[in-house]
Amino acid sequence: MAREQHDYDDIPGTFVFDAERSRQGYGINMFCMSLMKDGNRKAFKANEAAYLKKFNLTPEQTDAILKRDYNRMLELGGNIYFTAKLGATDGHSFQHLAALMTGSTQQDYAAMMLAGGRSIEGNRSRSGKKTPSKRKAKSKSKTRSAKRK
Amino acid sequence: MARIVAGIGSSHVPAIGAALDNGKTEEPYWKRIFSGFEKSQAWMRDTKPDVAIIVYNDHASAFSVEMIPTFALGCAAEFPPADEGWGPRPVPVVEGHPALASHIAQSVILDEFDLTICNKMEVDHGMTVPMNLLFGKVEKSGHWPCPVIPLAVNVVMYPPPTGHRCFMLGRAIRKAVESYPEDLKVVIFGTGGLSHQISGPRAGLINSKWDKNFLDSLSGNPQKLVKIPHIDYMREAGAEGIEMVMWLIMRGALDEKVDEVYRFYTVPASNTAVGHIILANRGRGGAHKSAAKSATKPKRSGSKLKRAAARVKTERISS
Repeated sequence: MAREQHDYDDIPGTFVFDAERSRQGYGINMFCMSLMKDGNRKAFKANEAAYLKKFNLTPEQTDAILKRDYNRMLELGGNIYFTAKLGATDGHSFQHLAALMTGSTQQDYAAMMLAGGRSIEGNRSRSGKKTPSKRKAKSKSKTRSAKRK
Repeated sequence: MARIVAGIGSSHVPAIGAALDNGKTEEPYWKRIFSGFEKSQAWMRDTKPDVAIIVYNDHASAFSVEMIPTFALGCAAEFPPADEGWGPRPVPVVEGHPALASHIAQSVILDEFDLTICNKMEVDHGMTVPMNLLFGKVEKSGHWPCPVIPLAVNVVMYPPPTGHRCFMLGRAIRKAVESYPEDLKVVIFGTGGLSHQISGPRAGLINSKWDKNFLDSLSGNPQKLVKIPHIDYMREAGAEGIEMVMWLIMRGALDEKVDEVYRFYTVPASNTAVGHIILANRGRGGAHKSAAKSATKPKRSGSKLKRAAARVKTERISS
């Protein structure tokens, strides 16, 4: 069944962890949660594919985990707070994962954050339909009401 | 009766906790953040609340995907810090206030907010980081300065409760607190945010303009925030920026008109815009102990003066 379409699918570079993904990705997130225990981390690292068989995962999900394709994990129902545990198990900082997901180097990502982060301009909408015009109108009315005060 | 004297908004970035726990607070990157809370800690020491209600969210620590309660109220006598994969944070066990917590549960459920009751719950950085920012560093063997009632909100799985629902829950909590017979001074925290996205190719998003508007409205025109749909938070403030709805529970628990005591904003703490605000109910104390009990229509000139004083005290430190 095709994924139901939502208004938030228009946000670029974003996989919203909604109820449908939560259902789909239950196995991914439960696998990640298991990595909170040291014994499980060791068992996973000793034989990743065998360890993953203990969880209810589709072949695509298993593949994304083995390849550490973090964006694909999110698309298939993983949640970032859970998949971050896989990154930590690999000994990576969160910034390393963020850089991976954004397709940049860790140095570039860190520099972007220090410079104030990724700008919202140009990052609001895939379709381009959502322009800041609506918000601008809102903020204008706010200035007006502030003036009235 | 018990009364809510002030609301506190604060980000709860995990790296802030790690910086504190690993003795990095003097490094310039972190000092910039911690120094923004020095005045708040002094305010908190003066205010001396008897209880703090802390609205926060769990990050795959105490709650997995096995159970996802929308609103979970901690009614236990104590809440141990959760092991988030690096061992529990070296902070004291958080003491609860089971009597007030169960009173709130009973009152708000009858007001049609169907809370989950947690009589056993661990708490993660979402709660303990704002506690450190406002109460300062407390040794593991020590005690937090006051008991805490945790209110965990699902903001991890979409959809979280709407901003309107959060605001109305705040109101119901206030009503519950004010019907508690013991004379207690209560503060309420809204935590999380401000703008940030930590997932997917758009990770690293920060929207300082949005954040500033949010803080302005929170202070002076909260009804405007109540109407914001989830899509706007996610689009404008990042997929994880939707945590900001939790601040509306805090705001709903305060008077319609409040005094902004303090504000702080800086970018970034790791991937997040750090926002902080203290809003005090008028004529009910905040830092002033002998607050008028007559909440209705205090002398106009007096409250005007107080407002003016509060404006002067407001600090705006931006990066």
